[in-house]
Amino acid sequence: MNHAHVGSSLAALAVLLVIAPALSGVVVRTKSAFAGRRGAPVGQLYWDLFKLMRKGTVYSTTTTWIFRAAPVVVLVSLTAASLLLPLDGQASPVQFSGDLIAFAGLLALGRFALVLAGLDTGSSFEGMGASREVTVASFAEPVLFLGFLGLVLATRRLTLSAMLGPALTAAWAHQTASLALVALAFFVLLLAENSRVPVDDPATHLELTMIHEVIVLDHSGPDLAVILYASSLKLALFAALIVEVAVPRDGLGLGWSLAAFAGGLLVVAMAVGVVESVMARLRLNRVPQLIVGAGALALFGIILLLR
Amino acid sequence: MSVLRDLGMRNRRAVPFASVPAEPVDEFRETVIGAVREGWRVVAMFGMPDGADATRVVAVLADDANGVLSATSMRVGERYPALTPDCPQVHAFEREIAEQCGVRPDGHPWLKPLRRHLPDHRPPARAEVVLDPDSYQFFKMDGAEVHEVAVGPVHAGIIEPGHFRFQAHGEDVLSLEIMLGYQHRGVERLLETSSAERAIHVAESIAGDTVIGHVGAACGAVEALARCRKTARAQAIRGIALELERLANHVGDLGAIAGDVAYQPAAAFFGALRGDCLNMLMTLTGNRFGRGLIRPGGVLWDLSPAMADDLRSRLERLGEDLEAAAAAMFGSASVQARLEGVGAVSGAQCLEMGFVGPVARACEVARDVRHDHPYGIFRFAHIPVATGWAGDVHARALVRWHEVRRSLEFVIEQLSALPRGEARTACGALRPNEIVVALQEGWRGELAHVVITDDGGAVRRHKVVDASFHNWTALALAMPGNQISDFPLCNKSFNLSYAGHDL
Repeated sequence: MNHAHVGSSLAALAVLLVIAPALSGVVVRTKSAFAGRRGAPVGQLYWDLFKLMRKGTVYSTTTTWIFRAAPVVVLVSLTAASLLLPLDGQASPVQFSGDLIAFAGLLALGRFALVLAGLDTGSSFEGMGASREVTVASFAEPVLFLGFLGLVLATRRLTLSAMLGPALTAAWAHQTASLALVALAFFVLLLAENSRVPVDDPATHLELTMIHEVIVLDHSGPDLAVILYASSLKLALFAALIVEVAVPRDGLGLGWSLAAFAGGLLVVAMAVGVVESVMARLRLNRVPQLIVGAGALALFGIILLLR
Repeated sequence: MSVLRDLGMRNRRAVPFASVPAEPVDEFRETVIGAVREGWRVVAMFGMPDGADATRVVAVLADDANGVLSATSMRVGERYPALTPDCPQVHAFEREIAEQCGVRPDGHPWLKPLRRHLPDHRPPARAEVVLDPDSYQFFKMDGAEVHEVAVGPVHAGIIEPGHFRFQAHGEDVLSLEIMLGYQHRGVERLLETSSAERAIHVAESIAGDTVIGHVGAACGAVEALARCRKTARAQAIRGIALELERLANHVGDLGAIAGDVAYQPAAAFFGALRGDCLNMLMTLTGNRFGRGLIRPGGVLWDLSPAMADDLRSRLERLGEDLEAAAAAMFGSASVQARLEGVGAVSGAQCLEMGFVGPVARACEVARDVRHDHPYGIFRFAHIPVATGWAGDVHARALVRWHEVRRSLEFVIEQLSALPRGEARTACGALRPNEIVVALQEGWRGELAHVVITDDGGAVRRHKVVDASFHNWTALALAMPGNQISDFPLCNKSFNLSYAGHDL
């Protein structure tokens, strides 16, 4: 990999890191449009983060260093995971054979830290939330691997950088159906991993029904800001994964590639908003069925590749 | 043949208090238990001091099929054998009597403080506190995998305070215990000791979302005791106000139910339309929650023809918008999948425990005061009773929606043909030594105000029973076997009043 590629992929990473909070704003704005409301500004989360960064932090006396470490671990693991994706459509800043397992592992590490922090508070709500989060994750992770397996089979590459880079453009010409199914499975995965409707309701205030939000109830101030930012980054990361699979950008110049990347993120965020506007949340014990359904989509894509 | 004597008592028809039998304890128990077995329903049961050291316990029962009310009473000292083991629907009333009057119902299976306050209707020579307000023993389950979840009294949303204690196994609820009383203000005592002018304001404040309901019932009781005849116009305006209140709350509830399952379109539109309903109440009464309209003898504010026309056209527009929002909500498969089969109450539970209102109607128990014990405008304009059969969250939502449609039709019809006449007539002094029961179908169900006057025609006892008093038990019965994550949805489908219960 030459230096030009490192530069362009870092530029794409910068785009991702900067616009992540805006993507959450786009989801909210899309929902508002459906509800006939004006809605909060797209940049609201930036202001919220700014506000939280200037506040103090309150720690419960039952918590330990685990609780304090969690926000940092979440943010670092997600940022590290985004280093593995070829966000410019060419190559990723960090790559090694089998890095797709590291990608899944980094996501799991972030979740593990957050779940531990939730348990650390000793609250029954957060304990329930932690149990739910892990349940959802244990169904979601195999789907991620199935999707990756589909990509591996379609491109015959073993690094994220290669299989989502130029090789993908060639694969789209022959394996259209499989890749489309993988992209669809990743979209359901995005909804599940990011606690969106129909899996969870990010807008609810009801602690008994929440999955993800309830784990972070005890975080405040800059800690909460880091967690909120990391959550928006996670949404952006999954949206980026979908854009990478769905929009091969080989042959576009850096400018067009970045524009297509940002535009793709926007479309995914709007799609999330549309899903949240047109359907109700699933009953909690039905959530695994949805995720297994996404796994079935990816599996079907794989079967098509094995012809 | 009923074991209860026919006293000529009907909804809002006063009878001499002396005609209410004062039976020995055993006979009282037999009468009440026997009547309930025959199909009578306990509307209210309460105690009041009778002499220096005894308590008079009065039970008011209703025969809904025939529109008849009746009452009986007993005189007890320190204790009496509880009725609850043989007649579960009085379980909360007996806890209330123990708490208010310091009388112990022996053999009550769940004798815990109800609102956690000191006795306020205790005979003067007694000093017992049967239920210590500071000691509340929660039901507990043992087992390595059973865990306890405590919610409230401070909640995440802007709602009233109440404490819920779950015993759960993972996501499955094994039992739910509800502890209330945080909103206790001593409403009954205030109604009994305040001047008539002030008592009306107290009645309006029993539950902030049931202003018309409670003040209508309180005025109904006062008017019956004063033999005051209201004009047809006043009754029509009261009926319009009551149904507007029902509209506003049912529409708000439908929106809140949609919000709890994260179905945004219906949540947003019903939420906005609730505002429209409240604004109409504002046009009618000058207050978005209907305060300051109903007073003894009629209503304070008349409706001009221009206002009536304006309201009618707004209601017609509202009807169209509501149809669209309801079509979205009830037509959505994801919403149906979420609502059906959650939080079911059976018809048998309903009959046994005496639930009222939409909760009862959602399991095919067609109880509706407007139909069973008609009063005021409802003697002339009949609103069909909406029922469901499944008794689950979906059925309760659907019953609300049908009631919204019917209330809308009723109000539009009344506005088109308002009777002429004065809005208010004079209401004189109360007759001494009488008892009256005023029932009203509030939007949550039956509201009962029982008023007993003394020798001088002053209020001796003013008993208030909100629909929530009966129905909180329904929520506790509906939860076991459900998922703990469904509790907020289930709770919303009942939407019971904390203030109305706590008084």
